[in-house]
Amino acid sequence: MKSWTFAVKRLAYSGVSLLGLSILIFVIARVLPGDPARLALGPRAPQSVVEALRLQLHLNDPVYTQYFYWLRGIFTGDWGIALFTQRNVLIDVSDFLPATIELILFAAIIDLVIAVPLGLAAGRRANSIVDNGVRVLSYVGIAVPSFVVAILLQLFLGYGTHLFPLIGRISQNVVPPTQITGLYTLDALLTGNPGAFADSVWHLILPAFALALGPIAQEARIMRSSVVENLDKDFTLSEVSHGLPERTITFKYLMKPSLIPTITIYALDISAQIANAFLIETIFIWPGFSKYGLNAMLSKDLNAIVAVVMVAGVMFVIANILVDLVVGYLDPRIRLQRRTEE
Amino acid sequence: MPLLEVRDLRVEYRVYEGTLKVLNGVSLSLERGEKVGIIGESACGKTTTVKTIMGLLAKNSKVAGGDVTYKGEDVLKMSKKRLTELRRKNISMVFQDPSAALNPVFTVRQQLYDIIKFSTDERLTREELHEKAVEVLRQGALPEPDRILDSYPFQLSGGMKQRVNISMALVSASELLIADEPGTSLDVTIEDQIMRLLKKIVEEKGISIIPVKKFVDRIYVMYAGTIVEEGPTREVFNSPQHPYTQLLIKAVPKLTGGGIPEGILGQVPSYLKPPAGCRFVTRCPYAMEVCDTDAPPLYGVGAKQRAACFLYDERQLPR
Amino acid sequence: MKSSRTLREVYGRYWYKFSKNDLSIVGLACIAGVVLIALLAQWISPYPASAGLYVNFGNAGAAPSASHIFGTDQNGRDILSRVFFGFRYSLMLVAVVLSVTVAPGVVLGLVAGYYVNRWFSAVIMRLADIFVAVPPLLLALSVASVLTPSAINAMLAVSLAWWPWYTRLVYSSASSIRNEDFVRAAELVGASRWHIMFKEILPNNLGSVLTKVTLDCGWVILIGASLSFVGLGAQAPTPDLGTMIAEGSAYLPGQWWISIFPALAIVVVILGFNLLGDGINDMFASGVA
Repeated sequence: MKSWTFAVKRLAYSGVSLLGLSILIFVIARVLPGDPARLALGPRAPQSVVEALRLQLHLNDPVYTQYFYWLRGIFTGDWGIALFTQRNVLIDVSDFLPATIELILFAAIIDLVIAVPLGLAAGRRANSIVDNGVRVLSYVGIAVPSFVVAILLQLFLGYGTHLFPLIGRISQNVVPPTQITGLYTLDALLTGNPGAFADSVWHLILPAFALALGPIAQEARIMRSSVVENLDKDFTLSEVSHGLPERTITFKYLMKPSLIPTITIYALDISAQIANAFLIETIFIWPGFSKYGLNAMLSKDLNAIVAVVMVAGVMFVIANILVDLVVGYLDPRIRLQRRTEE
Repeated sequence: MPLLEVRDLRVEYRVYEGTLKVLNGVSLSLERGEKVGIIGESACGKTTTVKTIMGLLAKNSKVAGGDVTYKGEDVLKMSKKRLTELRRKNISMVFQDPSAALNPVFTVRQQLYDIIKFSTDERLTREELHEKAVEVLRQGALPEPDRILDSYPFQLSGGMKQRVNISMALVSASELLIADEPGTSLDVTIEDQIMRLLKKIVEEKGISIIPVKKFVDRIYVMYAGTIVEEGPTREVFNSPQHPYTQLLIKAVPKLTGGGIPEGILGQVPSYLKPPAGCRFVTRCPYAMEVCDTDAPPLYGVGAKQRAACFLYDERQLPR
Repeated sequence: MKSSRTLREVYGRYWYKFSKNDLSIVGLACIAGVVLIALLAQWISPYPASAGLYVNFGNAGAAPSASHIFGTDQNGRDILSRVFFGFRYSLMLVAVVLSVTVAPGVVLGLVAGYYVNRWFSAVIMRLADIFVAVPPLLLALSVASVLTPSAINAMLAVSLAWWPWYTRLVYSSASSIRNEDFVRAAELVGASRWHIMFKEILPNNLGSVLTKVTLDCGWVILIGASLSFVGLGAQAPTPDLGTMIAEGSAYLPGQWWISIFPALAIVVVILGFNLLGDGINDMFASGVA
C-alpha cells in the first residue's frame, strides 16, 4: 500500500508543476503582442465584433483575473470555446483524445515488443550481425525524422504496394464500433466486432510504426548498453561460475537489471509522443487530438492551445508516475527506500 | 593425476597502450582435497589466474599459451556445454567483493533456488529446494536462513553477503572451490571469520580450494604474472628462497616489534614492456647478467620447495 | 600528475579515444562538410538565386539531371542550391538556440546544485520542472504558434524549451560533487564561491555538457524541421529543409526528388551530430579499454 502513498505524493507534486505550466502558457498566450480576439476573427471583422469578443473572453481584465476565470472554468468544465470549432474545448478534447491515445498506446506496444528483445540480443552478442543491425537501426531511428519515416512508409507501403491504407482510422465501408472507450480496437473487442478490430489495427500499423521507430532505436540502444554493462559485472560472472545456464542468465538475471534504465527512457519517449503525433496525424490524416491541436495552433485559437498543452502535461505526469511504479517494481532498492522514507 | 593442473599459462589483455602481458607462464597444480594458496602484491595476476581457470576472462583478454586441465580434461578447449556442467556440479567460485557478486534486483531466495535447481539433473520440488537452501545457508553459518532468503542483497551486511556467496558456491563446488581474496573488502575481524569458515567447510567436505592466501597446505608466490616460488606454507614462510619472497615476508609488519619493516625498493614492472628475462630483475638485490635475458625456471630447493631464480642454478653464472 | 604528461600526450589520448570508433570520424567529416557547405553556400551553389523568391515555371519539377543534380522544385528552383542554403539555416538555428540556452542553463544548474539547501535552488529547479512538464517539441510548437511564425520566433520558441535540460543535467551532478573532498578542501582554504563553482565543479561536468551539446545539435535541427514541416517555423521562401520536405510531399510519389533530397540532407546532418556526439562521449569516458 505504501507505493500508493508514494504515487499520491508524486501526483500532488506534479499538480504544482502543472499549475506552474498553466500559468506559464497562459501568460505567454495573453501577454505577447497581438489581440487574441482580433487574431481569432481575422483582419476584416468589424471593431465592434472584436470588442464584444474581448468582453466575452474577459480580455479587458488584468491578466491575473483572466487566469482566475480560466482556472475556475477548468474545474467547472467550462474550458472556453474553441473558436475554430465553435464548441467547448472540453468536448473537443474528449472527442479527439481517444484516437491519439490509441495511436500512442499502439506505438508504445510496438516499441517495447521490438526494442527489448533487440537490445538484449545485441548486448548479449556484441559485434554480431544482430548487434550491427541494431547499431544501424539506432542511427536510422535517431537521424530520420518521424515525419520523413511516415512519408516513406506511406510512399512505399501505401501508394507503392497497397499493403496498408494511406490515411484515416478505419475504412469507409466499415462501420466504427459502438463507442465505449473511443479506442476503436478496444471497442471492437468489447462489442465482439472482429471485422472492425482487424480493420482498425490495419489502419494503425503504419502511423504507429512511424511514431515508434525513433523510440525503438533509442530503447534498443539503451537496453544494449546496459546489457553489455551488466554482462561485465561480478554478479554475472558469479552466476556463470555457479553453473546457471546462459538462457536463465540472459532472460532473467541480465534482463531485469537492464530493463531499469530502458524503462525510464521508454517512459520519457512515450510521454513525448503526443508532440510527435502532431506530425504523424497530419500526414496520415488521423482524426486525433494532435491534429486538433495543430489546427488550433495554426488558427491561433488560444483556449484550445492552452488546453492542448495542459492535456499533454497531464499525460506526461501520468506516464511518469506509471514509470516510477514500474521501476519501483523492478528495482527493490528504490521500492524499499521509498517505504522507509514514508 | 592432480585434480587441477595449470601449465605455462600466458594471458594477455589488449588496451589503449598496447598489449598487457599479464600472465607469463604460470604453472600450478592441486591435488584432491588439497588447500593451495597464491600470494603476491595486488595486480600480480592472481585474479587473472583464477578467472582463467573458471573460464571467466574478459572480452579484451586472450590466452596466448599454456593449458588448464581439470581431471585430465582441457578446460580451455572444453565445449560450452561441458564447461557449464563442470560449473554446475564440480567447481565454483567466490568473488572478492561480496556486494558486487550478488545480483542486486533479486532476493537471495530467487538466486539460490536457481543455483540449486541447476546443480542437479533431478527435478526438485519447492520443498526440496527450500531444504537444500537452508542447509547451505547453515553451512555458511548464517542465522535465520528464512529471513536471509527473503532479503535483497542491499539489506545484508558485507560479511553476511560474503557468507551468502560462499553458500551459493558450496551448492556446486563438490570438488573445487576457488576463492579470490574473499575477505579483503571486509574489515579485519569479519575477514578472519570468513577465512575460518572457509577452512572449516573445506576440511569437512573434503573439497579442494584455491584461496588467495591463508590457512593453506601449499602456497604459490606470484610476482608480476609469474610464479616465483612454491612450497609447503610453513617452509615458504620460515625459509623463503626466492629474493622476492624474502623481501615480501620481511615487509610484513610483526606484532613482536622490531620497528617499521623495510619495503621493497622499486616498482612492479609495466605489463606493457615487461623485462625480457626474470620479471623481478629491476628490483632484485642479487640480479645477475643472465637475469636480464633469460626467464629462470623453477629450481628445486631443499626437499619440497622450488624457486624461480638463477641463484639456484648449478652452473657458475657470471654475476 | 598532470604536469608530467605533455599536452600532446593528453590530446593524443583524447584523439585515440575519439577515433577508436570509425563512426566518430565519419560524424566529424559529415559535420565539417556541412559547416563548410553552409559557410560557402553563396559561392559553391550552382544556382544561388534559387535560395530566394526565384521562380522559373518553365523548368518546374524537373527530374535530377546533369544541370540540376537534385532536380528542381515546383517553382523551378534548383534543389541542390536550396539544400546548401538549408544547411546554413539549420546550423544558424543550432547556433542561436544553443548559444542562448547552454550558458544560462549551465549557470543556473551550477548555482542550484551548489546552494542545494537554499530557497533559490528550489525555485530554479521547480521552474525547470515546469518547462519540462511537456515535451520540448510541443512547448516549442505552442510558443511558436502564439508568436507569429518566422525563423526568429522558431529559434526563440525552441530556446524556451531547451534551457531546463542543461540546468537539470548540471544540477544533479553539481549537487553531489559539492560534497566531494576536493570541494570541501577548496572551501577550507577560503576559495571564493565563484572559484569553487566554475573552477572546481564545472570542469567535472564539461564532458557531459559537451556531449549533450553535440547530441542536441541534432535534436534542435529535428525540432526546427518539425516546426517548419507543420508551418510554424521558417516561412517561404526561406530555404529551410523542413519546409522543403513539407512542400515537396504534395508532389509525391511522382516528383519524389523535391522532398526526398532535403530529407536525406536532414538525415545526414542529424546523423553526423549524433555520431560526433558519441565520439565525444567516448573521449570523456573513463577506462582504458
